[in-house]
Amino acid sequence: MDEEPLVRWDWIARNWSTGRVGSISSLLVDHIVMSGLPIVLGLLAALPIGLACVRWRRLYQPTAGVMNVIYALPSLPVFMFLLPLTGLTKATVIIPLTFYAVAVLIPAVVDGMTAIPDHVRQSAVAMGFNPLRRLLQVDLVLAMPVVLAGLRVVAVSSISLVSVGALIGQGGLGNLFTDAFKRDFPTPAVVGIALIVALALVADGALVFLQRMLTPWARVRRSA
Amino acid sequence: MNWLIEFFSDPANWSGSSGIPVRLLEHLEFTLAALLPAALIAIPLGLLIGHTGRGALIVVVSANLARALPTLGLLVLIVLLLGTATVLPVLIPLVVLAIPPILVNTYEGIRGVDHDLRDAAYGMGLRGPQVLVRVLVPVALPLILLGLRLAAIQVVATATVASYVSLGGLGRYIIDGLATKDYPSVVGGSVLVGGFALAMQGLFALADRLLVSPGVSRRVRTAKIR
Amino acid sequence: MIRFDGVTKRYADGTVAVDHLDLEVPTGEITVLVGPSGCGKTTSLRMINRMIDPSEGRIMLDDVDVRTIDPPTLRRGIGYVIQQAGLFPHRTILDNIATVPYLLGWDRKRARSTALELLERVGLAPEMARRYPFQLSGGQQQRVGVARALAADPPVLLMDEPFSAVDPVVRASLQDELIRLQAELHKTIVFVTHDIDEAIKLGDRVAVLRVGGKLAQVADPATLLAAPADGFVREFLGRDRGIRRLSFVADTGLRLRSDLVVPVTSDLSRVAGVAADVESPWLAVVDEDNRPLGWVAPADLPRAGTLRDVRPLPYGTFVRGKDSLRTALDAALLSPSGCAIAVNGDGRVIGVATRESLDEALALAASEAPEPHDAPVREDADG
Repeated sequence: MDEEPLVRWDWIARNWSTGRVGSISSLLVDHIVMSGLPIVLGLLAALPIGLACVRWRRLYQPTAGVMNVIYALPSLPVFMFLLPLTGLTKATVIIPLTFYAVAVLIPAVVDGMTAIPDHVRQSAVAMGFNPLRRLLQVDLVLAMPVVLAGLRVVAVSSISLVSVGALIGQGGLGNLFTDAFKRDFPTPAVVGIALIVALALVADGALVFLQRMLTPWARVRRSA
Repeated sequence: MNWLIEFFSDPANWSGSSGIPVRLLEHLEFTLAALLPAALIAIPLGLLIGHTGRGALIVVVSANLARALPTLGLLVLIVLLLGTATVLPVLIPLVVLAIPPILVNTYEGIRGVDHDLRDAAYGMGLRGPQVLVRVLVPVALPLILLGLRLAAIQVVATATVASYVSLGGLGRYIIDGLATKDYPSVVGGSVLVGGFALAMQGLFALADRLLVSPGVSRRVRTAKIR
Repeated sequence: MIRFDGVTKRYADGTVAVDHLDLEVPTGEITVLVGPSGCGKTTSLRMINRMIDPSEGRIMLDDVDVRTIDPPTLRRGIGYVIQQAGLFPHRTILDNIATVPYLLGWDRKRARSTALELLERVGLAPEMARRYPFQLSGGQQQRVGVARALAADPPVLLMDEPFSAVDPVVRASLQDELIRLQAELHKTIVFVTHDIDEAIKLGDRVAVLRVGGKLAQVADPATLLAAPADGFVREFLGRDRGIRRLSFVADTGLRLRSDLVVPVTSDLSRVAGVAADVESPWLAVVDEDNRPLGWVAPADLPRAGTLRDVRPLPYGTFVRGKDSLRTALDAALLSPSGCAIAVNGDGRVIGVATRESLDEALALAASEAPEPHDAPVREDADG
């Protein structure tokens, strides 16, 4: 059969690391940066906003409403709105993904904080923790499992969403998809999907590991 | 802003096979064509798994996998393999990606129903299917609707991206505009897609109001006795 | 009548929840299953309406083996009340109560009018009908749970720790309500609880089960308290078993003194003399109608004026011939004097039971065999 095989391994070998822009390895690095930044930036933005929503409950309803709207907007048109401001750069992709991350993480922070039993908080106050120390050493630590669960969702979806950026030439591994489509050649698409899914699994696994390290009490309880 | 005025005031954009009404209708068609089969598969499956407790692993794995799969890659691959002679190949990933959110939330909704409630329902003499339909589904309805809403978000977004692999709909304005550097078309299309997505959300918010019992959503309101 | 015939429930992992249970639940009475957790009381209850099926033995409901009846059909004829009420959150209170009538195919109007009637019968206002469960307190939800179980007027009611999730005050009122309802309805009730006080208060018969699902003793409450079958039952009844038993002992043996009672019109100058004559530091004060006002200690009073000028201290009363020895004792504990004021049915004072006479009566009660259960007393007033 002279039909095109699904994967041509020699193509992968030739294009893995050519040292030029567009090699698979350089796209992988781009992809990690473009999906990693929104995760980190999203967490940094969501923490103070989420804490503010816990402190002033009235803020939460409107904030959650805005976040719901942001989350509902498809990524491609949002990229397009940014195009006049940021052009065909990585920022055009990173900024919307950061917003999505914030939209998912704010409820996670709020849920995590409100799930802390009041008696725990009271006893921290009673033992003389000042507000900042209580926040850092008690509240945030106890809210961690819920926040990390939100972070897992954010990490996996950011990694897969970056690829849409390929439609403006900034998609990390997603560029392999447009490449495959233009050349009517499936191998790059298969490679892209495989690497993106693998990257998502690694990130997810790393966060699960992190969660186990940071919340030993949950682990003990589970094994008991 | 000028681009927007330019786009929406161009009479050519309001008629013919690439006019806004036609594109809008196409987008609606694709959305429904993906959402309905996905719901028909995922809701019964979620009810079954939630009610019997069997097969929970499938739910968790499918949810994680669906989130990790890049939609653009899936679309490109399926079109390269199956061609674009009909719209069907493009619909496949749309349906497949819409299933997990509905499945997960239906399953979680049913599974999360208070054990006492189930016990009371059986104890009063409801049969298995009656327990499901009369008690579990109404109580799980907010989560089932949430699943459908998340699936709709997913489908609207993916249908837009799918214009890249030759699907019609509102995404065409963006993809074609990018290719020809017709920025009014790009921005106009983006506004249309955004508006479409938000309208869908509004629809689901309305469904929530109308379908979920005030006793479940805890909206304080005194019900009328029919 | 419900009869357990050598019923055993063994789970797949080998644990035995109920072990050869033989028990009769008489028609029209409340039978309480009580015991520590793990004694199989809930399992036993749930085998009656086939929420669980026994591994061995039979359960006969009016001489029909329940295993021969299709579970949903069986359950529609048996009221079922559980701990958290298990109300359907998506239905109004009225529709919750009408659940079984709807299932039985009654027409809507009849189901709803019955439900409305029951709502009032369990002590809830008709406005509640349109509310949803989340708008009700725990105690109110539990009342709805009882109404829902009664809706199709089943002859049998199964109650699985129905009141244990509400606070003690509400629990006591729910218990009183159940006693009142049962006096009107005469259902065959099987009631599960881990609370021995509740068992004794509600049960016509109490079955004590031990861990491992064995029946330790079944008896009416007075017999149970007077003659526990073994160490386990005695232990389970607790150290205040003696006090509890007094609820079932009539106050008729109690000696009363009338010389400790003084009218409120008495001159204070005379009162100290009265106290010295009767050799008591405390005197009970009554008004012109002979109704109790309280206790005074003449030694602490001024010498001028009448008893009207002083404020008497709090007191407790019991109704002679109606209340139990337990009530008399409680009344004595309420008074600074340690004595209980005895009144007649009209609330007029007929005398005072002193600490000495209470002690006598208690000693007598402890030595006596229990009185028959149908004698005067059933303690409804405490709590």
